[in-house]
Amino acid sequence: MNIGGAVDDSHAQSSDTRGNLLEVRGLTKVFGSLKACDAVDLTIARGEIHALLGENGAGKSTLVKMLFGSLEPASGEIRWKGQPVRITSPGQAKALGIGMVFQHFSLFEALTAAENIALSLDKETPIPAIAEKARELSKAYGLPLDPSSLVGDLSVGERQRIEIIRCLLQEPELIILDEPTSVLTPQEADKLFVTLERLRSEGKSILYISHRLEEVKRLCDRATVLRHGKVVAHCDPRKETAASLARMMVGNEVTQVTRTGVPRDGKAEPLIEVKSLSRKPAGPFSIPLRAIDLTVHAGEVIGIAGVAGNGQGEFFEAISGEALQDAAGSVRFRGRDAGKLGITERRLLGAAFVPEERLGHGAAPAMRLSENLLLSRFRTDANAFLTSVGVVLNRAISLASQRIVADMDVRKSAEDPEASALSGGNLQKFIIGRELDRKPAVMIVNQPTWGVDAGAAARIRQALIDLARSGSAVLVISQDLDELFELSDAIAVMHDGQMSKPIPIAEATYEKIGLLMGGAEPGHAGHEHAKELA
Amino acid sequence: MGMLEAILLTIATAATPLLIAAMGELVVERSGVLNLGVEGMMVMGAVTGFVVAYSTGSPWLGMIAAVLMGAAFSLLFGFLTLTLVTNQVATGLALTLLGLGLSGMMGRSFVGLPGVKMSAIYIPGLSDLPLVGKLVFGQDPIFYISIALVIGVSYFLFRTRAGLTLRSVGDSHKSAHALGIKVIAIRYAAVTFGGACAGLAGAYLSLVYVPQWVENMTAGRGWIALALVVFASWRPWRVLAGAYLFGAVTIGQLHAQALGLGIPSQLLSALPYLATILVLVLISRNRRLTMMNTPASLGQPFVPDR
Repeated sequence: MNIGGAVDDSHAQSSDTRGNLLEVRGLTKVFGSLKACDAVDLTIARGEIHALLGENGAGKSTLVKMLFGSLEPASGEIRWKGQPVRITSPGQAKALGIGMVFQHFSLFEALTAAENIALSLDKETPIPAIAEKARELSKAYGLPLDPSSLVGDLSVGERQRIEIIRCLLQEPELIILDEPTSVLTPQEADKLFVTLERLRSEGKSILYISHRLEEVKRLCDRATVLRHGKVVAHCDPRKETAASLARMMVGNEVTQVTRTGVPRDGKAEPLIEVKSLSRKPAGPFSIPLRAIDLTVHAGEVIGIAGVAGNGQGEFFEAISGEALQDAAGSVRFRGRDAGKLGITERRLLGAAFVPEERLGHGAAPAMRLSENLLLSRFRTDANAFLTSVGVVLNRAISLASQRIVADMDVRKSAEDPEASALSGGNLQKFIIGRELDRKPAVMIVNQPTWGVDAGAAARIRQALIDLARSGSAVLVISQDLDELFELSDAIAVMHDGQMSKPIPIAEATYEKIGLLMGGAEPGHAGHEHAKELA
Repeated sequence: MGMLEAILLTIATAATPLLIAAMGELVVERSGVLNLGVEGMMVMGAVTGFVVAYSTGSPWLGMIAAVLMGAAFSLLFGFLTLTLVTNQVATGLALTLLGLGLSGMMGRSFVGLPGVKMSAIYIPGLSDLPLVGKLVFGQDPIFYISIALVIGVSYFLFRTRAGLTLRSVGDSHKSAHALGIKVIAIRYAAVTFGGACAGLAGAYLSLVYVPQWVENMTAGRGWIALALVVFASWRPWRVLAGAYLFGAVTIGQLHAQALGLGIPSQLLSALPYLATILVLVLISRNRRLTMMNTPASLGQPFVPDR
């Protein structure tokens, strides 16, 4: 069997009348009292790229999980090539010709790329033959890949290539891509679009899930928009504007974040100073930090861009005190050495931290919101929450907790629910609110709006800008470039454990940042600009 | 038979039950299941092997019955943890307690009876060779099974598609499920294999090591096998090395005690544990290799969303 067999798709046309590959009628899925999908209709024609749009929690993932057999619909019908089918397992979906590239990759970190690919092939193919086939296919689609590399060592973009090649090797007729560009640099995303257009020209259908409206307009032939589990529109995205698509998704206008200019008189006090911060890799799959320098002044928001897995997590751990430094002066808050201080001591210096992982890191899942509030602030706000002998003042905590819930518009099902009972977006609002409520002089946030819907995201971003303008220093690590452009005064880029000089927002372009994210001139591009400004 | 040869033979005898039980548990843990019931399955194998061999006069029937008993006992664990999704640690501990109690009851009227010993293989000529003769060509059949197990498990895990699938389930059951791999079925198979091995290891004790039945005769060997798997970072050949090292130091310290060296006997008794841990920790210093070989979803229950 040669590579031609894997790509050629001649049998697809002959199998039935040309027309719709997949028809979904009235598909419904209920979780408890929530209708995650409510009578959803969806039609995908052969050779089209069909966008599935919606905010987080709109039911996109639930819908595709039903199409891929990992969830069972409560009611409704799925027709594949005109025939009604019941898809009860991912294996069956694959046998029908449905392939899926997951948002949270379904790869095995401890196995090689070739072994990962071999696992999804049904035939008993020897591993060396798979490596060869994968290599050829990766060349044919311009997706460079070394089959013998260990997945745990690869960047997220490379992992996605494995997912895509793995999916293509199964010769699917429908490929479902779940937020494929959220982890890619703009340049990598462009390459992906070329691949997708090529697949379309070969007659394959693609269901494309994304919340990036510009790329949907550019790539997709048709779109289905979901809101609260219901289909609100079928449309041609090329005839819509990004704003009109956003309105369909959200149901009303999204408030714009306003960013007033910073007074750049050069007198602002540096509140966060990172000086030649280096760190050895903590585990076999983690990134070392290489001599990072960064200063954030009072009144500023600095954004840190980068493809996931380039050391942002390690940087956050080092700066928040989850990992201590050898040199006390490598991290300084408000002019005081903090390198050897733990998290609580750094918090006592006026710093606040919001880690990426909400459950287990940002909040204790099985504890109530008020208890989580106390856990993070019992030292910094000891006077407010504890008596002099350390007895908990329940009433004060409950009042503070209610204030945060009201300020951030946290939607919850009970008076004081456990953290794990909140949806991801609402928990994030609570965690951010919990830190903002302290009015910290230094605020460091990793992925502030990951998984948060558009309205709440705008609220969080505005709150961060307002905090900075009131005289605090704000550092935001994010994979979402749009977000960084919306709220930062300057953007630095992390690549392979190194950090570029911050590029002032007036000079930053997607292209410039994208090149740095891809590793062009690591640590140096934008240097002159920064110097001129300094 | 020379002194050295005798010592080497006793080392092999001490190492074999550990090796067999540990190879079974290695496969179980590679599939992502932590079965702490090795001791219980072993002791059930020991009592079953003895009773059947005593009643029928055939150590072979005893061995087969022990393997079946180990497998059946592990299926109980499998049903509880995989189908009913109980806590694996608690269920494993319960399995050990149940096995110790049940075996004591089953074997009550057999205590002290003369057992049937599985005879060693004798190949004329080869078995008479000096030094290596009895060691390599004159052992009992279960010894050869134990060596074949190491080779077989190593080949299965790293050279076959089925082994790759099993490792993938242990690495990430969610990803495996998304690929259409039958996670629960594979784990059932692995757990059953582990139980069969533990049963065989138990049979070795009551049919070869000391051919009789004594209550609680496994004496903690199941726990040592469990520890060996972890310290050998889930690699078959390292388990072999660990088991033989443990056997060697155990026998060595017995001889040292007999010589009366003036070292406290408690310290000497602790030596096998200390030496094994030390050596296996030293050879698994490469954290990268350890991480690669550690089943990432070990002990986590798998419940597919529906």
